[in-house]
Amino acid sequence: MKSTSNKTIYGVIGAGSFGTAVANILAENGEVILYARRQVVIDSIQATGENRGQKMNPRVRMTNDLESLCQQCNIIFPVVPSSAFRKMMQSAAPFLKPHHILIHGTKGLNVLPPDGSETLQAGIPVSRMAVRTMSDIILEESVVLRVGCLSGPNLAKEIAQGQPAATVIASRFDEVIKHGQTALKSPRFRVYSSHDITGVELAGVLKNVMAIASGILNGLELGENAKAMLISRGLGEIVKIGKALGAKSQVFFGLAGIGDLIATCSSNLSRNFTVGHRLAKGEDLDHILETMKEVAEGVKTVKLAKSLCLHYGIKAPIVETLFQILYNKQGMAESMQYLMTNDLSVDADFWE
Amino acid sequence: MAYILKKGSHRLYEPVLPNIEDWPISKLTEEKKHFLEELISNSGEHVKALLNNDPQLMHEEIARTLYKERIRMKTNPWRVDGDMQPHEKVFWNKVKKSIVENSLQKAKGEHLEQEHEIFYSIIERYANEIMGNFSPKTYMQVSGVITAAFRRLLNPYALPGKAKKNKLRDRVRLTGPLEKIRSLAEQGTVLLVPTHFSNLDSVLIGWSLDALGMPAFLYGAGLNLFDSRVFGYYMNRLGAYKVDRRKKSSLYIETLKMYSRMTLERGCHSLFFPGGTRARSGQLESRLKLGLLGTAIDAQRLLYKRGLVQNMGGAIDKGRKIFVVPLVINYHFVLEASSLIEEHLRRSGKEQYYILKDEFPTMKKLTEFSLKLFNSKSEIILSYGDPMDVFGYKVDEQGTSLDKNGRPVDISSYFITNGEFVKDTQRDTEYTRMLGEHIIKQYYEKNTVLSSHLAAFVAFNMLLLRYKKRLDLYGVLRLGKEDRIIPYQQFAQVMERLREEIRTMSERGEIKLASHMYGDIDRLIKHGMDNLNAYHSKKPLIKTKEGDISTEDMNLLYYYHNRLKGYELEKHI
Repeated sequence: MKSTSNKTIYGVIGAGSFGTAVANILAENGEVILYARRQVVIDSIQATGENRGQKMNPRVRMTNDLESLCQQCNIIFPVVPSSAFRKMMQSAAPFLKPHHILIHGTKGLNVLPPDGSETLQAGIPVSRMAVRTMSDIILEESVVLRVGCLSGPNLAKEIAQGQPAATVIASRFDEVIKHGQTALKSPRFRVYSSHDITGVELAGVLKNVMAIASGILNGLELGENAKAMLISRGLGEIVKIGKALGAKSQVFFGLAGIGDLIATCSSNLSRNFTVGHRLAKGEDLDHILETMKEVAEGVKTVKLAKSLCLHYGIKAPIVETLFQILYNKQGMAESMQYLMTNDLSVDADFWE
Repeated sequence: MAYILKKGSHRLYEPVLPNIEDWPISKLTEEKKHFLEELISNSGEHVKALLNNDPQLMHEEIARTLYKERIRMKTNPWRVDGDMQPHEKVFWNKVKKSIVENSLQKAKGEHLEQEHEIFYSIIERYANEIMGNFSPKTYMQVSGVITAAFRRLLNPYALPGKAKKNKLRDRVRLTGPLEKIRSLAEQGTVLLVPTHFSNLDSVLIGWSLDALGMPAFLYGAGLNLFDSRVFGYYMNRLGAYKVDRRKKSSLYIETLKMYSRMTLERGCHSLFFPGGTRARSGQLESRLKLGLLGTAIDAQRLLYKRGLVQNMGGAIDKGRKIFVVPLVINYHFVLEASSLIEEHLRRSGKEQYYILKDEFPTMKKLTEFSLKLFNSKSEIILSYGDPMDVFGYKVDEQGTSLDKNGRPVDISSYFITNGEFVKDTQRDTEYTRMLGEHIIKQYYEKNTVLSSHLAAFVAFNMLLLRYKKRLDLYGVLRLGKEDRIIPYQQFAQVMERLREEIRTMSERGEIKLASHMYGDIDRLIKHGMDNLNAYHSKKPLIKTKEGDISTEDMNLLYYYHNRLKGYELEKHI
């Protein structure tokens, strides 16, 4: 607790593109310590003053010492890929104390398959019990109780360019939201609040499914009507799955829900979009995944969404179609036919 | 005269604090006058702050309280209501009169001080009603009487002095980390949070705490229990404070909460039933009343704050700690089972008008129950849970909180934000919710499966499964006699399967098994049936002439089956 409220030092764990963007925004309101696991990344940032195409704010100091970061910072933003999140928390746990506030910016879920295996088998029903959000992992692995999450339509590249954007901080604790808002406030970055942390976390993940679908539509050279259909019907499916997992539906109509969905489905830069696009162009999924540098979260999310639908008895044609395309090699023509003719014909049926 | 307790035939352990006059609860009674003044002043300040110190809001709150009290007096009067002086009708008439006068004078802006007077007089009345006494003399007497009575009931044929073979401790079993709980009672304040199935719970818990050599606990007893003059007399002297669930005004509720917070802060070991009332359905509590529980978080925060001030900002983990101990009481049969389940069904059946009936059982009924209990060789298991701090961390013998990896946790800094010790009601409400979840988790883990629970669970679910497609729950409860028969072999098979499943669960620490649960399945079924049937005139589980399983009372079977609900065991039927 070396810092005081008038000279706060914020911590960011993870120097990926979003972690870097978050560090730069925080630097407008205080000092920042940014943790990178690999020394080469630190060296390169220190040598060039840049990371992932973003110029670093001089108030951002680099470290690869988690202990010192935890000692110096009361408010910490973990932003690491979901696959590495638990491991990162386990390394940080000995240095985290009850006074810490953690606000993560990771969109992803961990699944603990009920049969005890490492990865979820396709087509097996799973319930909420088998799903861990990043905030669940923080609570499981550390003594930190005051947890929040940062989510919304936040394409790191645009934030880095200083374009206006908005985000949501969700937490059950008012004080977490308040401190998060103070930390991130900026003339170009608006921070909204929500108490439904589970909802916000789920919204940020489930939209990846629709990003793949959007890529497919693009690859098939379909027009705006089809895209609008995808976004609105897709949102309905996200709401149904989210509600089954304990989220409230309101959150899906806010920035972290529809906001993020529109940004994701409109952007042709994301990995998920690329997967969909290349599938539509006739490439094989295995080949696509082999040739991609980074993991496309959406492929796993489709499998999980399908499993959740099976457990909770949810009808979700878009999830179903994507599952068939990705895991059962169903063709595009057949898929489109199913989507256009399935028996769900009531609009906005997720309110029921 | 000094009141010194000794280890004896019924007190299994050396008393933690042998001299009763050293007990925090004795000291509280000694300083009652001063404590009451402080309670009234703190409650008043607190409610005023909730009302933003706005005279208009205060006026409305007093009027609202009066309105609620008048309805209560009219619709739901109890004998005990007349005990306090001045009589409540006189008191509330006075309040009414001054409210009317004030309203007339309101335009002149002169009423403020008078309203303060009424405001505090209401709180004073509530505070006086809530607070009980503690008399070492009565405690010594009752502890002796109850033990003697229990011993007699246990073994009615034994000659005095020869009761050793059939000790109460064999019949009422205490399990759990008892030594640790005793040790923590010396170092901090213990808050016991038991499940609540019967009005007998408090008697049993009182006996068990005495047997453990623990000092007496402050305990919130329903005001209705004071309706019985004999019980009222004793409870008033044994540390019980009165809780009246009919009184819903925020003035009453805040005074009650303040009382609880202040006694915990003073180090009085306390007991609440966090489920609120007895579980009507017979199921373990899965939703708790968080109001009183929140006072534990409040008290802990204030204790740390005081520690912080005393240490001038140095090490702050010095404040006295509050240790929460869940307790699950396992009965083979429950005194009030019939009326509880009836009330539950009427409520869940959406019957709109029911009258809250909550009378204490008559002496006749109690004696009958106790005789049957002890003659049936039935045992009652009190499973004490693992002591934890108010954040749900397990604590060691010294009271140090430990995380899941065994690392010490300084919980005082949960009240610190960005380097400063702050009061934050919303944050503490969240902490309370989390504490509630930890308590419920332990209820399920420490629940001890008895033969009777399992037999009822299996029988009811087999019937439910058989008629699932045609009937809803209420339909199954109305099944005719001839439709309630379960072939014995099938029943025994399912019993075996479920016992195996529960055994696996118990190895994972998700539930507990009573020691009689092992061995031959036929013997276990008989054990379960004998115990279930020992008390009720209509038997929950019977063997037909043909040797099959049936029931004389579907509602009771449903009630006892509920005890194992919530574990997803149904899928193994």
